[in-house]
Amino acid sequence: MFLTITTTGTAERPATDLGFLLHKHPDKAQAFSTSCGTAHVLYPEADDQRCTAALLLEVDPVALVRRGKGKGRGGAPDAALAQYVNDRPYAASSLLAVALSSVFSSALRGVCHARPELPGQASPLRIAVPALPARGGPGLVRRLFEPLGWTVTAEPVPLDEEFPEWGDSRYVRLELESDSLTLAEALRHLYVLLPVLDDAKHYWVTSEEVDKLLRAGEGWLSGHPEQNLITSRYLARRWSLTRQAKERLELVRLAEADDSEVDELDNAVAPEAETEAGAEAGAEAGAAGTGDGAEGKPVSLAAQRRDAIVTALRESGAARVLDLGCGEGQLVQELLKDTRFTEIVGVDVSVRALTIAARRLKLDRMGERQAARVTLRQGSLVYTDKQLKGYDAAVLSEVIEHLDLPRLPALEYAVFGTARPRTVLVTTPNAEYNVRWETLPAGHVRHRDHRFEWTRAQFGQWAHSVAERHGYDVGFRPVGPDDPEVGPPTQMAVFTLRATRGEGASGHESRNTRNDKRRDECGDEDEKEATAA
Amino acid sequence: MTETSTPMRQGRVLPVTDLSLVVLIGASGSGKSTFARRHFKPTEVLSSDFCRGLVSDDENDQSATRDAFDVLHYIAGKRLAAGRRTVVDATSVQQDARRPLIELAKQHDVLPIAIVLDVPEEVCAERNAARTDRAGAPRRVIRRHTRELRRSLRHLEREGFRKVHVLRGAEEIENASVVTEKRLNDLTHLTGPFDIIGDVHGCSAELETLLGKLGYVDGVHPEGRKAVFVGDLVDRGPDTPGVLRRVMSMVKSGNALCVPGNHENKYGRHLRGRKVRHTHGLAETIAQMEKESEEFRQEVREFIDGLVSHYVLDGGRLVVSHAGLPEKYHGRTSGRVRAHALYGDTTGETDEFGLPVRHPWAEEYRGRAAVVYGHTPVPRATWLNNTICLDTGVVFGGRLTALRWPERELVDVPAERVWYEPVKPLRTEAPGGHDGRPLDLGDVHGRRGVETREAGRISIREENAAAALEVMSRFAVDPRLLPYLPPTMAPTATARADGYLEHPEEAFAQYREDGVARVVCEEKHMGSRAVALVCRDAKTARERFGVDGPTGSLYTRTGRPFFDDPAVTEEILDRLRTAITAAGLWTELDTDWLLLDAELMPWSLKASGLLRTQYAAVGAASGAVFPDVLAALEGAAARGVDVTGLLDRQRGRAADAAAFTAAYRRYCWTTEGLDGVRLAPFQLLAVRGRSLAGLPHDEQLALIDRLVEHDGTGLLQTTRRLYVDTTDPESVRAGVDWWLELTGRGGEGMVVKPLEALVRTERGRLVQPGIKCRGREYLRIIYGPEYTRPDNLARLRQRFLQHKRSLAIREYALGLEALARLADGEPLWRVHEAVFGVLALESEPVDPRL
Repeated sequence: MFLTITTTGTAERPATDLGFLLHKHPDKAQAFSTSCGTAHVLYPEADDQRCTAALLLEVDPVALVRRGKGKGRGGAPDAALAQYVNDRPYAASSLLAVALSSVFSSALRGVCHARPELPGQASPLRIAVPALPARGGPGLVRRLFEPLGWTVTAEPVPLDEEFPEWGDSRYVRLELESDSLTLAEALRHLYVLLPVLDDAKHYWVTSEEVDKLLRAGEGWLSGHPEQNLITSRYLARRWSLTRQAKERLELVRLAEADDSEVDELDNAVAPEAETEAGAEAGAEAGAAGTGDGAEGKPVSLAAQRRDAIVTALRESGAARVLDLGCGEGQLVQELLKDTRFTEIVGVDVSVRALTIAARRLKLDRMGERQAARVTLRQGSLVYTDKQLKGYDAAVLSEVIEHLDLPRLPALEYAVFGTARPRTVLVTTPNAEYNVRWETLPAGHVRHRDHRFEWTRAQFGQWAHSVAERHGYDVGFRPVGPDDPEVGPPTQMAVFTLRATRGEGASGHESRNTRNDKRRDECGDEDEKEATAA
Repeated sequence: MTETSTPMRQGRVLPVTDLSLVVLIGASGSGKSTFARRHFKPTEVLSSDFCRGLVSDDENDQSATRDAFDVLHYIAGKRLAAGRRTVVDATSVQQDARRPLIELAKQHDVLPIAIVLDVPEEVCAERNAARTDRAGAPRRVIRRHTRELRRSLRHLEREGFRKVHVLRGAEEIENASVVTEKRLNDLTHLTGPFDIIGDVHGCSAELETLLGKLGYVDGVHPEGRKAVFVGDLVDRGPDTPGVLRRVMSMVKSGNALCVPGNHENKYGRHLRGRKVRHTHGLAETIAQMEKESEEFRQEVREFIDGLVSHYVLDGGRLVVSHAGLPEKYHGRTSGRVRAHALYGDTTGETDEFGLPVRHPWAEEYRGRAAVVYGHTPVPRATWLNNTICLDTGVVFGGRLTALRWPERELVDVPAERVWYEPVKPLRTEAPGGHDGRPLDLGDVHGRRGVETREAGRISIREENAAAALEVMSRFAVDPRLLPYLPPTMAPTATARADGYLEHPEEAFAQYREDGVARVVCEEKHMGSRAVALVCRDAKTARERFGVDGPTGSLYTRTGRPFFDDPAVTEEILDRLRTAITAAGLWTELDTDWLLLDAELMPWSLKASGLLRTQYAAVGAASGAVFPDVLAALEGAAARGVDVTGLLDRQRGRAADAAAFTAAYRRYCWTTEGLDGVRLAPFQLLAVRGRSLAGLPHDEQLALIDRLVEHDGTGLLQTTRRLYVDTTDPESVRAGVDWWLELTGRGGEGMVVKPLEALVRTERGRLVQPGIKCRGREYLRIIYGPEYTRPDNLARLRQRFLQHKRSLAIREYALGLEALARLADGEPLWRVHEAVFGVLALESEPVDPRL
C-alpha cells in the first residue's frame, strides 16, 4: 500500500517538475478518498536535484471484510473470502493500483495542463515498492519489467527472520530505475503489472476496473514477451476465481476448522481444469512423446489410458458402465461417443469435480436421448453403495492411488464385494516408470495427492489377492510405451467375474428354483400366519 | 369364509388387524364412504373419488380413473411401508381392481382384509338419486356392480384376502362395529427383563444348567424375568422331549416365550402327517418322541402350531426371530416374513459342504431394534449392527448361550459333550467379522436427521453432508479408529469492558444465568486440537476396533491423521500407553482402550501452511513496508509539511503489526521428530463400556494429572486450571485476574466449563459445555493486527453469536451421542453416523472468527 516515485534534475530541469506531472503540490500532504480507502500523497524530499513523491493507501481491513457479499446466518461475514488477517493493508496489491489510477489519473493519461510539454519527456525515474506481492518471485518480476526498459532490483522478503527455515515470503522489495521512460508510461506499467504480480483475489476489484487495467496496457502490452501470462492472469482467472470461491464454501469452512489451507482439502480438481478443458496436471503433462498418434503427433498418456479403457470395455461386451472416480468427466465424454454404452454413470466424491464434469459434458443442453444415457452423482468408494449394484463394468481409472492404503480394503469391499460388476478395470501409475519422467524429481510421486504409487509387482500382488478373495479372474495390460526395463507408465488390471460363483443368468435361474423348492417346503405356512393373526 | 358371528341384535363385530390393508367392496351407493367414516380414522381412508378429484378437479370424472388409482396405490404404498393401516374406499367389485391391492398388501407384508357391503340394487339406486353429483348415474352401472360383487363373493379368500367380512343388507351394515386387533407378534407392551436363549437342539442337561445359572428355579425366575427361546428346541440332541416339556410348561405358565425354528416347523409337519425327510436330526426326535405318550405328542403338535413367527418386544426395542429379520419385516405378517423368520434369506448358492449360502442380512441391517436370533451356529455370539446370533452350537459340542435383556450381558454354559457331528466347522457367518464391514453410503449421504439422546433429532443438510463425505472419504483416518469428533465451541458474549472484545466477566455471567455456580477455568493451550484413541495393545485394537496394525489413532478436528507418518503416531500412542500403564489407569478404569481429547503443540506443527501463507505473510509485508512509510513521513515532516496526524497513526499501525507478529510467533517453535512436541490432554472421553463425558472436570483433571506425572518422556503437559464460583463476586474477580495474568504473559486465553461437565438448565436445555475467553493479544490473529483500535473495536463488537452457540450445542449433542453409542458397543455405522454429523455441521455457514 506504499510506493515512492523519485526523479532527479538540475536547476534548468528541476526535479520538482514531478509535482506538475503528478498534479500534486510538493509542499502539501494531500488525502484522497478512493474506493479502497484513503490515499495520501506527500513528498519526503523535494528540491531541484531530487524529488520523491510517496503514495500511501490506508486500507480499512474491517470495512474490507464487512463489505464482502458472503454473509453467513445472522448477517455475519462468512468464511475465508474475507479475512481480517489480510496483507491488503500492507502489500502493494491491486488495491494500490486502483488508488494509483484514481489519484494520478491525469498523469496516467499523460496530461498536464500547466506544463503541456512535460508529459512527453522521458526523465530519470526510480520507483520503490517495499512490499510487492509477487507470485512467480523475483524472476517473474524481472521478466515483466525488464522488457519495458527498467533496471530491476527485486529482493525477496523473508517470511520471518526468527524462523529462517520458513524461507522467503511471496513479497519482494522492488526498485525500478530508468532514464528512458515517461512518467505516464511508468504509471501505466505499475497500474497493470502490480495486480498481475499480485495475482490473487480479484474479487476485491470490480470487473469494470479490470477492463480499465487492460486499456492501460495499450502501446506496450502487445509487444511484451509475457503478454500471454499478463492477459491470462486477468481474463482467465477472474471469473473462475469467484465461481470457484462460491462452489467450495463448505470445504473452505472445514479447512478452517482444521487450521488448514483450503487447497489442502479441495484439491480434487486440477486448477487448470477450470480454464482449459482436457488439461493434464503434474509430471505427465510435462513429458510429451509418451506415445505417438497416427500422424506422429504425440498422444497424451491420459488419452492413451482412455483408449485402452474403452477398448477393454468393448471387449467385455459391457453396455452399462460405472466410471468410479470420474473426476471431470473425460472418460464419460469418451464413452458417450459409442452408443453401445447404453448407461454411463459417473461417480465422484468431489462435488466440484462433478460440477465441472457436467459443464464439460454440457449436460443441461444435451438432447434427452443422449442425456438419458448419462448420470453423474456424488458417491464414495469407501462406503458400500446399493446403487452401484447390477452394472456390467466398473472403471477405476487413476483412483486407488488417491486413497490412503489403510482404506483400500473398504474400496475393495465396496467394488468387488458389494457392487460386483462383471468386469472391473483398474488403472494406476507404474512407479518403476517414474525414472523416465524428465520433469519428475527422483523419489517423487506424479501428483501431490497420490498416497502411494506401486511397482508392477505390488499392483499385481494386490490385484491377485483381490481377485482371489472375491471370485474374479485378473489379467494385466500395459498402457503407454512398454519400456523393456521399467514397463509402461500406466498399468491396467482387467478383472472378470468368474462364472462359477452362480452369478449371471444361470444364477438367477437357480435362485428361482431354490425359492420354489422352499415354497414347497413351507407348504401351507402362508395360511398358517393368517390364522395366527 | 370367516363370517365370525351370526347376526345378532347388537350387530356384528368385525375384527380388523391394526396393521392391514382393508378393502371395502360394494356397488356405487352401497354406503362404503359412510361406513369408512364411521369406523376408521379419516386419515386411514383413501377414497378413489377423492383421488379422482385430486388429479382432475372432478370426483366423478371417469376418464381420470386410471390416474386416480395410480395416486391411490401410491399413497397406500407409502402408508403401508410406514406401518399404518389403510382402508381403500372404492367399489372394488371387480377382481381386476382388487388384484393390485392384494399385491400391494403382499409387497408390504400386511394382511389384506375384505369388508363386503352387499346392499340390494334398489337401495343403492335410491341413495345415488338423492345425491346431486350422482343423480345422473345410469342404473345399469349399479346393476353391473351388484352382479360383479355377487360373482366375486365366493373366491375372495382364494384371491388372497386373509379375512373376509360380508355384511348383508343395510341393517346389518348399520349395526356392525369394528374392533382393532393387535397382531400376535406385537408384544411391545412386554418389557421383560428377558433372558433370550439360543438353539437348544434337545440338549436338555445344558438347558437346565443354563436356566440355573440364569437364576431360574424350576422354570420360574424369582425376579420375574422371562425366558425367550429363539427356536430349534428339537432334533439332533439327546433329549428333545425333556427340552419340549420344560419350554412348553414355562410358556404355559407365562414364564417364557418361544418362536419357532425351522426344526420345529418340520417336526410339526411330520406330526400333522406330512411327508418330510428324516434328515438333520429329525430321526432322533421321532425316535425319542415314540417313547412319549400320544397325549404329549398331541400337546407338542398344538404347541408348535401355535407358535408365532417372531416377536416384537420391549416397546419395539427388541425383536426375536429364529433366523433373524430385516427391519422392514418387523411386526409384519405374511408368508414371506414367516419364511424369513424360519429359514433366513439364502442367495440361491450352495457352499462346499452342500449347505445353502445365506444372504448376509445382518450386514445390511440398520434398524433401531436389536434383533436376537439363532439358526446359524457360530463359535461366539457377537453383536453386528445391533443384531446377535445366539446359536453357539451346543449340540455340536459348543456352548448354549443366553442374552440378558436389557442388560445385554451374555451368559453361557459349555456342552457336556459333542452330541452330534457338525457337517462343517463352526465359523462366524458375518462376513468381514473382524475386517470390519465397510459403512454404507446410505448411512451418511444426503439430507438426514440423527437421533440423539441429549438433544433429540439433529438435522444435517445435503450440502454439508456432501462436503463431509469428501473430507471423510479422502482425508480422514479409518472410521473404525474415528469414534468421535470434538464439537466447536462458542466464545463468550462480546465484552463490555473498554478495549476488550472478549472478557471472562461475560462467561461467568452466562453460566450464572444458566444456574451453574461451580465452573472450572482451564488454560487454553496454544496448539491444535487432537483426539487420541489409545489401545492397550494391538490385540485390543484388533478385537475391539477391528484393525490390524495400528494400536489407535491421533487425529485432528476434521478426522485427519495428525502425522503423515504412521510411525510417529505410534510413537505418541506408545508414550501415552506407557503413561496410562504407569498411572494404573487401565485397571482403575477397567478398560483396555481410552479415548481422550487434547491439544497438540506447537500450532506451527499442523498449521504451517496457513502460517506461511497468511499469518507470517502479513507479518512479512507489514515488516517490510512500515520502515519506508515512516521514513517518508518523517522526511516530509522535516521539510515542514504537516503530517502529524498521519505520522502518529502510521506509528500506531506499525506497533500493532509488530504486536501481531509477536502474537503468532508464540505459536511457533521448531520441532525435530517428536522433540519439542507437547500433548496436553484435558478430557478423558470414553473407556470400555462407558462414556466419560459426564465425569466432573475436577475428577477428569485429577486422572489426567496422574497421567502427566507418569510420563517420563516430556510429551505430556498439564493443563492449568482455576475453580470459580460464579455466584461469589470475590471468586469471579479471582477468575478475571487469573485470565489477565495468563493472557498478559501471552497466553491464548481460557475455557470456562461447568464443573459437572454435562449440565442442563432448570428448563431442561443443554448448557454450553464450555465457553472460550480469548486473550486480547491472541485475538489479533483472529481479527487482524489493528482490531484494538477504538473505531475497529466498535464495529467488531457487532458480532452474531446465536448461530455459533446453536451449532456448538448441536455438535456437542452429536459428540455425546457418538460416545454413548461407542460405549454401548453399538455397530460402527451408528457411531459413524454421529461422528459424520459433527463433521457435516462444521461446514455450516457461521462466522469463522467466533
